Amino acid sequence: MSSPSVSAAFGGIVRRDLRLAARRKSEPLFTLGFFVLVSSLFPLGLGPEPELLRRIAPGVLWVAALLASMLALGRMFTADYEDGTLEQLALAPVPLVASVGGKVAAHWLVSELPLVLVSPLLALQYGLPADVIALLMISLLIGTPALSLVGAIGAALTLGVRGGGVLVALLVLPLYVPTLIFGAGAVDAGLAGMSSAANLSLLGACLIFATVFAPPAAAAAVRIALE
Amino acid sequence: MLSANDLECVRGTRRLFAGVSFALSPGECLLVQGPNGSGKTSLLRILCGLARPEKGEVRWNNEPIAELDQEYRAALVYCGHSNALKEDLTPSENLLAAAALAGEPAGDGAASAALDAFGVGHLDALPVRALSQGQKRRVGLSRLALSARRLWLLDEPLASLDVRATQALAGLVDAHLERGGIAVLTSHQPIELRAEIRVFAFS
Repeated sequence: MSSPSVSAAFGGIVRRDLRLAARRKSEPLFTLGFFVLVSSLFPLGLGPEPELLRRIAPGVLWVAALLASMLALGRMFTADYEDGTLEQLALAPVPLVASVGGKVAAHWLVSELPLVLVSPLLALQYGLPADVIALLMISLLIGTPALSLVGAIGAALTLGVRGGGVLVALLVLPLYVPTLIFGAGAVDAGLAGMSSAANLSLLGACLIFATVFAPPAAAAAVRIALE
Repeated sequence: MLSANDLECVRGTRRLFAGVSFALSPGECLLVQGPNGSGKTSLLRILCGLARPEKGEVRWNNEPIAELDQEYRAALVYCGHSNALKEDLTPSENLLAAAALAGEPAGDGAASAALDAFGVGHLDALPVRALSQGQKRRVGLSRLALSARRLWLLDEPLASLDVRATQALAGLVDAHLERGGIAVLTSHQPIELRAEIRVFAFS
């Protein structure tokens, strides 16, 4: 009896989820639209004061990305849970961690990578200089995978729970705090003309920590939800 | 060889069943019967390892399935209540994705042959969302035709199937049993197989 390798299972899930996203483009676009709108509301609400806007930009953009990424979490496992494919993932002869990792990777590519890519445009509204914009992208590029990974735990824990969308926010937002602090801190430091190496290193540490611990935790939560 | 020893299942505060024991050798088919809510689905989910029994254990080739883990999962196919189909994909895309995940990669030809076996081959240009309930069920079951797994666990496979599809399924199960496979199915409708069917009835 042949058994697929872990990497084949991972790749298979990523390919399937990307194909599904390509068939149904609207959902990732909602997340992106939310990010764009929220981060555009602040300049409108606070008025055209370049100094103020520049100063709040790192925090505002990071919080907007965080909320947008949380908005997308509900979709990570629910569809598979409802149509029965999650059961089949759990019954596949590979560790469930591999499939869950594949789902997280696909989720990041579909829902979070677009946020990173449009962030420079939004940063222009706040009058950030080019080198700080680059720093913002780098911090989001390191930080958003950590958000997806940590979010997967919350998404898996709230499977099958009524009102899971709000609960997932309550569960996951506190866990997002370190990523937010180091991510926004890195951009802040760059804006103040200081080195952001320390913040970026800590952000990287968050990502490594999440990569190691989040997939097994999310896989265990999925198993509990299926039982 | 699949054996269940003294299984007990508790859902919330209610004991669904206790003392369920049976053993199935290659070529044998077990039909689980009982009224709605008597625990048929719970039994199947315990047999495939998705749920844990309160007491007792399931053994595959005389080893507890909890210890075999992946090896056991590589020996079984489970078709549950839901069809495990992605509504946005076409039937054959669904089959191929499922087969790849199960570690039995299949080609396009095999997938369309499997769909043809259930008379849904001509629907392959459509996404699954456009199919009727019975057609979706057929697509879901055509996974069986693609798989060389030894143990089939089928939960209500006949639900929403018409007479011809029921016959197609019976033919597949018969061929599976003749190859030395084992099948456990639940059903409210009668199913006719060439092989003898053992019946387990919940009271």
